[in-house]
Amino acid sequence: MEYLQFLIIIIFSPLVQGIIKKLKANCQGRVGASILQPYYDLIRLFKKEMVFSRVTSWIFRVTPFIVFISTIVAAMMIPVITTKSSFSLMGDVIALIYILALGRFFLALAALDAGTSFGGEGSSREMIVSILVEPMLMLCIFTVAITAGSTNIAMIAEPQSFVLSPSHVLALLAFLIAIIADTGRVPVDNPDTHLELTMIHEGMILEYSGRYLALIEWSHYIKQMILFTLFVDMFVPLGIAHDTEMTGLIMSSGVYLLKMLFLAGFMAIVESTRAKVRVFQIPSIVGGSFVLAVLALLTLIMVGK
Amino acid sequence: MISFFYLGIILFLAGAIASLIFNQRANGFAYILTSTGAVCFAIFGVLLLSSPPVSILSISTTPILEFVFRGDTISGFFILVISVVTFSVSIYSIGYTKGMANKGILGFLLSIFIISMYAVVLSGNIITFLISWETMSIVSYFLVVFDTQEKSAKAGFIYGLMTHVGVVFIIVLFLILYKYTGHMDFAGIKAAAGNLPDAVKTIIFIFAIIGFGTKAGIVPLHTWLPEAHPAAPSNISSLMSGVMIKVGIYGILRIVVDILGVGPEWWGTAIIIIGAVTSVLGIMYATVERDIKRLLAYCSVENIGIILLGIGTSMVLASNGLYKLSAIAMTAGLYHTLNHAVYKGLLFLSAGSLVHSTHTKNLEEMGGLIKLMPYTAFFFLIGSVSICALPFFNGFVSEWLTYQSLLSNFQAMSATAKVAAPLGGAALAFSGALAVACFVKAFGIPFLGLPRSHHATGAKESSLPMLVGMAILALLCLVLGIFPGHTIKLFSPAVSSLAGIEYVFPSGKGVIHLSKTAADLSPLAILVAMIAIFMAAVVLIRIIGGKSKTSYRDSWDCGISSLTPRMQYTATAHTNPFRRIFEKVYLPIRNVNSIYILKPLFLKSISYTNEIVPSFDKYLYNPITDFIYSISRKVKLLQSGSIHLYLGYILITLLLLLLFWF
Repeated sequence: MEYLQFLIIIIFSPLVQGIIKKLKANCQGRVGASILQPYYDLIRLFKKEMVFSRVTSWIFRVTPFIVFISTIVAAMMIPVITTKSSFSLMGDVIALIYILALGRFFLALAALDAGTSFGGEGSSREMIVSILVEPMLMLCIFTVAITAGSTNIAMIAEPQSFVLSPSHVLALLAFLIAIIADTGRVPVDNPDTHLELTMIHEGMILEYSGRYLALIEWSHYIKQMILFTLFVDMFVPLGIAHDTEMTGLIMSSGVYLLKMLFLAGFMAIVESTRAKVRVFQIPSIVGGSFVLAVLALLTLIMVGK
Repeated sequence: MISFFYLGIILFLAGAIASLIFNQRANGFAYILTSTGAVCFAIFGVLLLSSPPVSILSISTTPILEFVFRGDTISGFFILVISVVTFSVSIYSIGYTKGMANKGILGFLLSIFIISMYAVVLSGNIITFLISWETMSIVSYFLVVFDTQEKSAKAGFIYGLMTHVGVVFIIVLFLILYKYTGHMDFAGIKAAAGNLPDAVKTIIFIFAIIGFGTKAGIVPLHTWLPEAHPAAPSNISSLMSGVMIKVGIYGILRIVVDILGVGPEWWGTAIIIIGAVTSVLGIMYATVERDIKRLLAYCSVENIGIILLGIGTSMVLASNGLYKLSAIAMTAGLYHTLNHAVYKGLLFLSAGSLVHSTHTKNLEEMGGLIKLMPYTAFFFLIGSVSICALPFFNGFVSEWLTYQSLLSNFQAMSATAKVAAPLGGAALAFSGALAVACFVKAFGIPFLGLPRSHHATGAKESSLPMLVGMAILALLCLVLGIFPGHTIKLFSPAVSSLAGIEYVFPSGKGVIHLSKTAADLSPLAILVAMIAIFMAAVVLIRIIGGKSKTSYRDSWDCGISSLTPRMQYTATAHTNPFRRIFEKVYLPIRNVNSIYILKPLFLKSISYTNEIVPSFDKYLYNPITDFIYSISRKVKLLQSGSIHLYLGYILITLLLLLLFWF
């Protein structure tokens, strides 16, 4: 049973995306598409014909698979409803970040493959966001890992108290901003636009179509849910089961669902109330949260918790 | 065991002589000799790793001039590192030097260069070490200036200067050691080093960092790397960057960790800080570089920083008495040393193929080469993935270990060490992310998209020996990444002797398990999972989507007639956000020159230049060189060229001597 918990992330990640979109539409006074819309989109894309640019090479063709596979491997490494995860021997939270980076590396390469300026633009901007976010992500992880005495995610998700220590509060805030930046959401990137001047993630995948686009989009949803799950494992693990007993698992699933809904709501509110900033203002947003992450660590050292 | 040493030396010397004799003909034979020699030395290195220290050779001529060669596990590890890269470079050189002028001399120098590096790591006393070290420096100087068509004279000058500034510190450090211990022999020095006063130890530590750090390329002593590596022929750059700078690391390990032993905690913290600064600044300059070989050279600076993070952490933990954790950190440092040698060797070799085939080092003139040079592109990609520390290649394992040891540093006592370690981790994360950006550019711009100039359209795939040389290193990148347990087991005796405890690394069945932090890593499991998921994904796609339909069209061009190569993102454009965001670090010089027909509305032309002069050159080295030049100019006044004046000097000197002597 615990072997299959990663399937929850894979199967329900489009649903989370659908819920965010629905909530966002409601925030903006629209009815919005059904929460199942991402599933319909994926199935439609899987059935469509693929159009390749003549300029592209094999890098363009292997990238969707590498992105998809690496994201799923990352999903396997993370406890969803129970911390008793046998896949944890594959790697810890640091390895997870690097596995996600593998997908990002190939996506940024594939963006350059078609020889268009949109691709280059997306690739260049994605890199700048990632170098700003990744050190911050690591600092948050360090703060939590030092407290837990381990980088093993199952052990990080062990404590059952609801009270957060001061360092955790700071790291939590920084991590939330990291999630927003890393999943390509407003104010860093706008997931709903194809306007040349503003797009980051969409710019990179502009040349993709059909089933390859579906793979990349799906991976993007999965990655979003991985980051959400990592967030709840790191900061609010309360309610997660520690064994594979059935009632515990059902309880834990319910709690997990609530947490996901809460995060989805948070994302919808942030996206509806903020405007997208210029690319060169991203450093000031992310820089602020980097300071938060450093403070979290210093608090941990000075206060000891 | 020692017979492998003699056999190796004989083969290298034979290779040196053969390449002089055959010169323009049949130079492949000489390189086959050197590659066989490298195999002998690799076996010798492995045997050294699993044996107690052995005395190899000692020739005494006069009491002072005594050559002693001795091998232990630490030398064994470095011999292995040198041999691995040498083997591939030798095979690569068979193809690379074809059609090159003076290739006989190149082959000769290459063999001597490698022998001198082996001699450094096997030296058993001060004199042997210094002579081998100088031979290595001078021969590598000749190799830097070998290519007379390049602007290599300046590069050679900078390299020669820096390396000799470094050696001054090394000589003084050895003189101090000799004065206080009374021994020339390393074994004797090590035995007596415990009684050294603390102040002397500190001076030796600082001198070792400066002296050997110059060779290793720590910031701010790194300035020779981006000059010398691009100037040298690519097989030489591969050896210099992959191996020679590691000899600098060997020097630091031998003097600071092995001979001085466990020092105060701030030594380790200082090395962590140096490592963090070196890695961040190295990769920042690499990212904005357009010359592919300079880019790789700056990247070597970064990796030396990462190696030092591991070594520094190990020293901090040892000072706190946490020997087991210290051994893990040392494992991280040594593993990264080995890994960097392998993938940087590979990257320089494949960059060499690129330059060889396109006749340019400028990334902006390449493009679309993945179609013309598919194998080289593949090998360069493997090198890039490895250097970016992405799973499941070799860089990943050693960087992961470095992260783990930096985290375990939190168990150190002092607050400085506690703060330094996680910030070192953040520096590592930052440089890791920058490395990804850097190599997306370094691979994407030359290999993907459309050819940007005639250099790129006329490129041809490299010859077979070159490809074989690269393939060996590429395979090693994968093997060292998937089987970390076996690799660590191989060099763990070196870790044991550096960490001062008998240490067995906890790993089995392809899993690294660190009991202290309950952290596991298994690249093999990740690989297996990836393959399984790939198969599942293919089946799933087939079920949902049915049979695939594909068609080929032009890239999306917004409806204009067609895309031209000039519309692609360039290397400069790709990194422009970095230049703007980190303006305070790069201090870029931008010049926009507008020529008007009628001001201010009718423009005739705009020219734009953008240049980055590294701050170290501008604010540190240029003032120093200006100062030296101005003094030399004043001294020059003495040398007017007039014989009468010189006779006058002699007269005055004579008079002064007579006056003061009697």
